[in-house]
Amino acid sequence: MSATMLSDLCDVDALAAARSTRWRPGLAAPAHSEIFAGGSEGGGAGLALALACDALRSSLAEDKDRRAILWVQDRAAVRLTGRPYRPGLPVELRRRLIHVVAEKAEDALFALEEGLRCRELAFVIGEMTGNPKALDFTASRRLSLAAEKHGVPLWLVRLDAQRDLSSARMRWDVRAAASPPPRWNAAAPGTPSWRAELFRARAHAPGEWILRDDGRSLIATSPHSVGVAAATGDRPLAAG
Amino acid sequence: MWLPRLAIDRWRLGEGCARGEGPDAEPLALIAETAHGPRIDAVNDAGLAAGARRGMMLADARTLCPWLKVAPSDPEGDLAFLGKLAVWAQRWGPWSALDAPDGLVVDVTAVAHLFAGEARLLADAHGAFAHRGLTVRLAIAPTAGAAWALSHFGPERAILQPGDDAAAGLEELPVAALRLDEEVLVVLRRLGLKRLGDLHGIGRSALHRRFRNRKSPAANPLIRMDQLLGRMSEPLLPVVRRQAPLVQRRLLEPIRHRELLDQVVTDLARDMARQLEGTGQGARRLEIGLWRVDGEVAVRHLELSAATRDPAHMCRLFSAKLDDVDAGFGIEMVRLRASWIEPLALEQGDIEAAAETQGTSLAACLDRLTVRLGEKAVRRPVLHASHMPERAQRWRPPLEREPAAQEELRFHARPLKLLDRAEKIAVLYATPDGYPKAFRWRGQVREIARVEGPERITPEWWRSKSTARLRDYYRVEDTAGCRYWIYRHGLMEDGRGGLPDWFLQGLYA
Repeated sequence: MSATMLSDLCDVDALAAARSTRWRPGLAAPAHSEIFAGGSEGGGAGLALALACDALRSSLAEDKDRRAILWVQDRAAVRLTGRPYRPGLPVELRRRLIHVVAEKAEDALFALEEGLRCRELAFVIGEMTGNPKALDFTASRRLSLAAEKHGVPLWLVRLDAQRDLSSARMRWDVRAAASPPPRWNAAAPGTPSWRAELFRARAHAPGEWILRDDGRSLIATSPHSVGVAAATGDRPLAAG
Repeated sequence: MWLPRLAIDRWRLGEGCARGEGPDAEPLALIAETAHGPRIDAVNDAGLAAGARRGMMLADARTLCPWLKVAPSDPEGDLAFLGKLAVWAQRWGPWSALDAPDGLVVDVTAVAHLFAGEARLLADAHGAFAHRGLTVRLAIAPTAGAAWALSHFGPERAILQPGDDAAAGLEELPVAALRLDEEVLVVLRRLGLKRLGDLHGIGRSALHRRFRNRKSPAANPLIRMDQLLGRMSEPLLPVVRRQAPLVQRRLLEPIRHRELLDQVVTDLARDMARQLEGTGQGARRLEIGLWRVDGEVAVRHLELSAATRDPAHMCRLFSAKLDDVDAGFGIEMVRLRASWIEPLALEQGDIEAAAETQGTSLAACLDRLTVRLGEKAVRRPVLHASHMPERAQRWRPPLEREPAAQEELRFHARPLKLLDRAEKIAVLYATPDGYPKAFRWRGQVREIARVEGPERITPEWWRSKSTARLRDYYRVEDTAGCRYWIYRHGLMEDGRGGLPDWFLQGLYA
């Protein structure tokens, strides 16, 4: 008993040291992340894809990565935000998408877990609406363990959901943010941007960023210097 | 090879009597039930002598011969018997084909010398058929059509050598030797064309004009004639004997409980895996049949996305399918059959045990998803050649090869997600075609901060009606930063309806 207490203490020290580092783009993907988003915007899935692509790019040999990705939606998510549209996906993922529609939350959880146990998948994206009874702490813990055991990251988008109990390693809350004006037509919508709040993370201190994916890397700017970011155009500021 | 009396010979073999003896000594007819009453399919020798003919109604035959006996005919059984005969007839040639309902074609090209000539070959075949108690008429010819004609209408055991003039050799045969439909034969008879030689007598162009609308070979005498003379190829479908791997367990004691059934299924899956491994094959489709004591049979099918012979994988997939089986008073026999098999090299390890440590393969994962969620739920998007955004993407099974398609245009900024049906929105805009200023969607008003457009997509005139309206697409961003893809359906003055409606079709990331 005392040994475990001791190791716990050591862990706490290490954890505290790790937590003092702030999150920044380009870190390895956590096994299980949750992203809370509104049901009438595409930002949740957009940020999930951007974070997943960022983690893939930071890992080795992205060029040779031809593994499929699994995208699981429950029926309400399909009705609210629609299905993935291949011409709008990031270019490197277009040929690799496998899409699953689950009628019930139980089926969606089953599909997510089967996907996490498959070694030939690059990552799994889930979209679930609300707070279904089946998605309790136990189910969330199952997903975390499966993802950690097999090394397949899970990005679970929760549409219109309350922040309930969960064992996700990183939990984000995302809203759309005004996009930077494009170079040639300042009146047009630009590169998608999101105001993302990391409100719970095991290894990082909480924080808030404006994130956008310019096709090569994920760029994080401080939310309080939106005007500056807009003025500098596409050049990244130092990560806040 | 023509077996003119296949049905009656088969009936006689079933009765176990020689020709003209026992039950066969009395007049007998095989009948089939039709809408107008029983009709005679086949008659034995005594029946023929008594006046019954094939195709007669039974009532007519009974007036000629009141003591005519009947038995039901069995066309499916005859066809199956013919299939077995086709495989058996491969003793005279490398491959054979069925000529339903009562003929066989055997390829004896470069084979006759093994039997010391064509005549000896035919004699050997005749003897073998006679030994089995089957009546047969044989002929050898360079083409399947000529062999058919000679066997049906030519002299006994006719041989047409490749060097012979086929047109001259066959000109005495009736036009029925061309394997034509009944109505075409009637037409030819009315034209006075009774023999094959008569067809040569008149110009080919005249015949061609007469039958120019007949595309099927059985309705066009010219095509049949060309096939008979070897001017046109006639593909045949060879009979290849293939046995579906099948394993079964007869149970000493009927089982009623799920654990025991699972055990039996596990044993069967192991047997099946062993059988498949022996032939280097994997199963794509499996059928399990459960025979119940009270005579009911429950059958469950399983289709796999990739060939496999892993018993644990099969068991796991079947366990989901067997949940709703009603055991009744007990199950006494279980049979597992692989009705679709594909070659699979001997390399695949054990999926299930490895799954615990290193994860499953993609094919196994997709199989599990498909079995639980259904075929339609697991799919992948592929491009389709269309301008309309909702038609430009189609959903196909995940492991299917991707069809060749043009890549998406790079300057199109398409939304990340597309709604299944575009949702109608109310839009405030400067008429007739100014930029949208604000819109109401799902009960919420959104001010538009930035807009780009229009991108005009016209309807596909080759498939839509002439009244279909064009669409002007706008990419918009509201003051909160949400980005959408909306379109105006039609123009103000296009004469295809009143004021144009607005729809929201896609959500940008």
